[in-house]
Amino acid sequence: MQHILIIGATSAIAQATARTFAQRGSQLYLIARNQERLSSLAEDLKIRGAASVKYGRLDIQDFELHEAALNAAFAALGTIDVTLIAHGTLPDQHACEADFTTTLAALNTNAIGTASLLTHLANRLERQQSGTIAVMTSVAGERGRRSNYVYGAAKAMLSVLLQGLRNRLHQSGVQVLDIKPGLVDTPMTAGFKKGPLWTRPETVAAGIVKSLGKKKPRVYLPWFWKYIMLIIRGIPESLFKRLDL
Amino acid sequence: MTLSGWARYPSIDAEVSHPIDPQDVLGRICDTGQHPQIARGAGRSYGDSALAPHVISTRYLNRCLSFDESSGVLTCMAGISFADILSVFVPKGWFLPVIPGTQYVTVGGAIAGDIHGKNHCQEGSFTDHVIALKIATVSDGIVECSRERRPELFHATCGGMGLTGIILEARFRLQPIRSAYIHQTTLKAKHLKEALELLDIHHNATYRVAWIDCSSSRGSLGRSILMLGEHAERGGLSPGKSGRLIVPLDMPGWVLNRYFIRAFNSLYYNRVRKKRTQGLIHYQQFFCPLDSIRHWNRLYGKNGFIHYHVVIPREASLEGLPAVLRRIVASGHISPLGVLKVFGTSNANLLSFPLEGHTLSLDFRLDTGLFDLLNELDRLVLDYGGRGYLAKDAHLSEQTFKQGYPRWPAFMQVRHAYGAEKVFHSLQSRRLGL
Repeated sequence: MQHILIIGATSAIAQATARTFAQRGSQLYLIARNQERLSSLAEDLKIRGAASVKYGRLDIQDFELHEAALNAAFAALGTIDVTLIAHGTLPDQHACEADFTTTLAALNTNAIGTASLLTHLANRLERQQSGTIAVMTSVAGERGRRSNYVYGAAKAMLSVLLQGLRNRLHQSGVQVLDIKPGLVDTPMTAGFKKGPLWTRPETVAAGIVKSLGKKKPRVYLPWFWKYIMLIIRGIPESLFKRLDL
Repeated sequence: MTLSGWARYPSIDAEVSHPIDPQDVLGRICDTGQHPQIARGAGRSYGDSALAPHVISTRYLNRCLSFDESSGVLTCMAGISFADILSVFVPKGWFLPVIPGTQYVTVGGAIAGDIHGKNHCQEGSFTDHVIALKIATVSDGIVECSRERRPELFHATCGGMGLTGIILEARFRLQPIRSAYIHQTTLKAKHLKEALELLDIHHNATYRVAWIDCSSSRGSLGRSILMLGEHAERGGLSPGKSGRLIVPLDMPGWVLNRYFIRAFNSLYYNRVRKKRTQGLIHYQQFFCPLDSIRHWNRLYGKNGFIHYHVVIPREASLEGLPAVLRRIVASGHISPLGVLKVFGTSNANLLSFPLEGHTLSLDFRLDTGLFDLLNELDRLVLDYGGRGYLAKDAHLSEQTFKQGYPRWPAFMQVRHAYGAEKVFHSLQSRRLGL
């Protein structure tokens, strides 16, 4: 039976992933901001077959509470086989441009807060000598674009941090997985017009579960984003800066 | 974004919101800038019942809230799909009491359409198994209703096409099963009369449905293949799988032409050689054969199709059904899929479709002259005391609807009492004068 910790558990992708684990009879520990949604999700997961579901409330912006929140998770689960970090916000790029406090809040939630969690988590797993850390980054972190470079920069920072962490934890037998979804139809992206490149959270969740426990460093979900990003990264800057992306 | 029902006619440019909890829904219905609006589940109603300028999607209201292992009573949010419920509960030995032709409907949609399955005579429609509902209403906020509490709201909401409020939660009973498989008996009927006789002879069967060849005429008018089903005892409790086949893009409209359909129907009918065959098949194959082809609605081309689904009372069906079929054959319009089922007694819901009798459902590619035919069929059905199914409807006139559903004034009273008439509207409700 697997022991699973999910941070940002009420996000659509995390919830879909949690359901897959629940149906396999895993033990789950959920962390999210909204108490009511946490408790209703926990009940849902129990009905779907989870062996046990516990949860703790945490606002990612409260950095000083991170360590205690993770300690509570380890206390509840004992060892942790998989940690999925899935919290995040999609900041309004224009608002970020107009006001640095908005930019700072976005960076704190999407990058600094995650770095804080990863610091504590990495130390615990290094001692545990096993486990997988899976973190939701984004294809947006692969190249800065004017439409969402604050979000992109936060995710880019995470990807580099994960690279280093992977390097560090390799000897301890801990897998560090960078999950790079493309366009996913979730409440976070509710305001966007959807086209054929968009994917459902359930599809991304299935991709995440499939990539765990393998030695993969990163996964693009769905797979075709790997090639889209290959092309986007390949565009020379002299041309890229003129594009409306 | 552009939205349409499953039959892809008509469509509307709608603004869609995705509330993530009940309070969110309430805020949305109180926001007068968002009216008129209608709830939308999986978008599996065929016509225009979930189309409005503002649409509230229940897609993220999809959690199981409680389950009683001893009685099988499940409480869940309205946006959860039957497929999801089955995938969780079939392995535990529980089954939905009523399953329509697709498992991709949501609980909210199933209640709003008062959907039925192949076991209407025994089990009634889905809402007959619903114990209680939680609804976000305009006048009273979030309220619970059942046959005892606010019964008028309950009976207006079950089958009420989303026009009383937003269904948030439902409590209903699941049924125990020993196996995910169904014992299927297939019978061949040379014509409609024989099909009706066979359906009657096997009235004790748990599930009864007939595929009917709507392109055959004269002596073999209404020739059919009947499928009877019983829950098996063996076979295991494996849940279904999502279909592998997919129609990746719109087929040109001419693909489903009359020659092709006639040939297909002929092959389908003659594929079954013996008068009676038996087999064990998975429930998904028995209840929802079309679910195995994803986006099968694209087969009809980008203009879409009309799903025509009517009921004719028992005393008139021997005369009414052939009259309808003959009229269709004469028109030159042709339906690749015809389904005939038997209905038991109707329930107390104000706009519920089933009446004791026979129900016929057909698909027609959208073509010139189709609406003339449908209007003619509507009059014919009405003359025999029947009516059309609102969950499939995209064309009924206000007059035909009101004659077929005489309890509509009582429905309007409930709509008025709960402040729904100014807030909740679909293209369908406007057309039907609700």
